[in-house]
Amino acid sequence: MDLRYSEPEEAFRADLRAWLAKTVPHLGPKPAHTDWPGRRAYDTHWQGLLFDAGYAGVDWPVEGGGRGASPVEQLIFHEELARAHAPYVGVNFVGLLHAGQTIIAEGTSEQRQRYLPRILKGEDVWCQGFSEPDAGSDLASLRTRAVRDGDEYVVTGSKIWTSHAEVADQCELLVRTGSEDSRHRGITWLILPMDTPGVEIRPLRTIADHTDFAELFLNEVRIPVANRVGEENDGWRVTMVTLSFERGTAFVSDLLEAFELLTATVETARRTGAWADPGVRRQAGHLRAELDALWALTKRNVSQAARTGAPGIGGTVFKLAYTEARQRLGEFSLTLLGRAGLAAQNVEGLDGLGDLPAEMMVDDWLRGISLTIAAGTSQIQRNIVGERILGLPREPSPPVPAKTPGDDARVAS
Amino acid sequence: MDFELTEFQTDLAEGVRRLCEGRFPLESVRTAEGSEQVVDKKGWRELGDAGVFNLCLAESAGGVGLGLPEAVLVFEELGRALVPGPLVASHLAAGLIDGAADGAAVVGLIQRPPPGATIPLVVEHLSDLDTLLVLSDQGVAAVDPSTLDATVVHRPMDPLTPLWIVAALPDGTEVGGSDLSARWRRDGALLTAALQVGLAGWSTDLATAYAKTRTQFGRVIGGFQAVKHICADMLVRAEVARVAVQAAAVTIAQPDVGDPQAASLGAKLLADEAALANGKSCIQVHGGMGFTWEVPAHLAFKRARVLATQFGTDDELAEWLGDSLAR
Repeated sequence: MDLRYSEPEEAFRADLRAWLAKTVPHLGPKPAHTDWPGRRAYDTHWQGLLFDAGYAGVDWPVEGGGRGASPVEQLIFHEELARAHAPYVGVNFVGLLHAGQTIIAEGTSEQRQRYLPRILKGEDVWCQGFSEPDAGSDLASLRTRAVRDGDEYVVTGSKIWTSHAEVADQCELLVRTGSEDSRHRGITWLILPMDTPGVEIRPLRTIADHTDFAELFLNEVRIPVANRVGEENDGWRVTMVTLSFERGTAFVSDLLEAFELLTATVETARRTGAWADPGVRRQAGHLRAELDALWALTKRNVSQAARTGAPGIGGTVFKLAYTEARQRLGEFSLTLLGRAGLAAQNVEGLDGLGDLPAEMMVDDWLRGISLTIAAGTSQIQRNIVGERILGLPREPSPPVPAKTPGDDARVAS
Repeated sequence: MDFELTEFQTDLAEGVRRLCEGRFPLESVRTAEGSEQVVDKKGWRELGDAGVFNLCLAESAGGVGLGLPEAVLVFEELGRALVPGPLVASHLAAGLIDGAADGAAVVGLIQRPPPGATIPLVVEHLSDLDTLLVLSDQGVAAVDPSTLDATVVHRPMDPLTPLWIVAALPDGTEVGGSDLSARWRRDGALLTAALQVGLAGWSTDLATAYAKTRTQFGRVIGGFQAVKHICADMLVRAEVARVAVQAAAVTIAQPDVGDPQAASLGAKLLADEAALANGKSCIQVHGGMGFTWEVPAHLAFKRARVLATQFGTDDELAEWLGDSLAR
C-alpha cells in the first residue's frame, strides 16, 4: 500500500496544474444554469481547449484518439480540474464518458472516424436515450420499437432522463428490435442525429427547479442502419462493454466538491454561532471522517483498476456510501442556516460579513436527493452488493421469458 | 500511487488468519467465557512468536521491522477471530516493557481519569496482566497490577473481557513522556479500529451465512430484500471502515500524504460504528436465535462496545475531527 505518487505521476500533475493555472482564469463567467445554449457554448469551448492541450479523452485509449492515461493519471486529472475549479465535463458528459467509449470498443472504423474526433474537440454534444417511463431500474424491459425498412430503422417510442437533450447533436439510443418479451436479447444500440424529423423534446422540470433532463418522444423516426453500433439485438452487450471502462474516478469531482461544501458549512456554523454546540462540531467531524474515507476508497478503487482493469466491488460500495453521506451533508448545511435555508437565494447575514450561501446550500440539498436515484438507485445497488458480492439469492426474474444469462447485468442510465 | 495490498501484505494477513483459525477457533475461545482470566498464556506466546507484538519494532531492537500498514492487517485478523486480551496495549508496549515483544508478558493499558471524575475507574483483564500502563497527557507510567486496590466485576458485559473496579491509581513508574502518550493515543486508536474492522467483517460473514441457509416462507431469508439489504449495508460499512484504517496506517507511515492524526481518529470513528452497527445487524438477521447466548452474534457486538470505549469514544473522536476543520 503506497499513497505516494511516482515521479512521472507528479510530473503529469505539475504540467496539468501549470496549464490549468494559465487557462482557467480566462474562461469568463459560467453561464446560468437555465441558459442551455450558453452552457453548451461554454462547455464545448472548454473541451476544445482540453483538446488543443492534449488533455481531451484523457481516459480514452490512444487508438480512439485519446490520451490513454493510466487510471492514476485519470485520478490526478479529475482531482486537479476540481481543485482548479475548472469546468466539469458538463454537456460533453455522454459523449466523453459513454458514447465515445462505446464507439471505440464496438463501432466500425467509419463510425470511429466520423464521431470520435468531433466528441474530443467539443464539436458534437451527445445525449442518452436509454431509460423509458416504464423501464427504469429494469432497463431490459425497454419498449421503444425499431422496425427495419430497407436500410433504415423506423423508431417509435419514448425516452426519459435524457440530459442535455435540448443542445445535443447525437443521441445514443437503445431500441427494441427483438420480440416484445426478448428482454436483453432483443435490444439494439443506435446513433440518432437529434435533428432527424419525428424527434420531439419535452424538458422535465426537476425539484431543484432546473431543466437538467428531458423526455424524448420518437414518432416514426428514420435512422440509417449504418448508424447501428454492434449487431442487431446485441445492444445490451454493447452497453455493458461501455460500463467496463469505469476506472473508479466517476465521483472524484463530486467528492472534492463535497469537501468544499463541508468547509463552507463549517464557516457558516461559525458565523451563526452554531459551532459552539458540540453536537454540531461532531456532525461536521463525522462527515470529515466519512469524506476522508471515501477519498481513500477512491484511491483504492483506482489502484485496483490500475492492476486489474476494473475498480471491483469498490465502485458499488463507494456509490452507496458516498451518496448517502452527501445527502446527510446537505441536510446538515441546510439545518445550520435555520429559516434562512428556506430561501433558495443568498440572504445577507446580520453579522455584517456578507451573504449566507443559501442558494448553493438549497440547490445542493435538493440535487443531493437525486444521487441515491440516478445511475442505479441505492436499492438496486444493495441488490448488487447482496447478490454479486455476498452471494445471496437473486431477486425473482420476471415470469416471461425464463431466466437468461444476460439477467446478471443490470444498469440504469 | 498504488493503494492495493502488496503480495507480501496479503500473505501476511492470510497467515495470521490461518494462525487464528488453528489456534483460536471460536469454540475454544468461548471456553473462557465468564472467567477472570481469558488470556491463554501459551497462545499469547504463539502470537508473540508470529510477530503480532513486535511487528513494528525495529529489527535492531529485536523486532520484525514492519510498520502500521502491516500491523492493521494483522489486527483486523485478530479482531475477526475475537481473540481476547489486551492485544493493542501489548503491541504498543513491545520494546518498552520486558516480555511484551515476544508475548512472554501480558501488558494492559488504561487512560488516567481526569481529576474529579465521577464514573468509577473500570480496568480490563487485570488478573491476566503482568504490567498495567497508565496513559495521561503527561506521559506513560507502569503500575504493578498486583498492588492495586481492585474489586472484580462479577458480570462483565462482554463475557470475554473481565473487568475490575479500581479504587485508586498510583503514580507508578514513568516509562515515557508526553510524546509517547500522544503517539500511543493515535496508534492505539488505529490498531483498535483495525480490531473493530475485523469484528465488523466477522459479523457480516456470520449474518450472510445464516441468511443463505435459514428458510422461511419457502425461501432462504437472504433472498428477501428486507434481509439482503441489511447484509449489503453491513458489507458497505465494513469496507469503508477497512479502507479508512488502511489509509490511516499508510498516512502515519508516509506523513506527507495527509494528516495522520485526523486519518487515525476518523478511522476509529468509522470502525467503531461499523462494528457496533454490524454487531447489532447480525443479531437482527438471526431473529430470535440471535438473541440467544448460544449463537455467537452477541460476542462481536459486546466486544465492539468494549473497544468503542478505548482510545477515544465516538463523541470525543467526532468532536476532535470537527475542531480540526476550524483550525
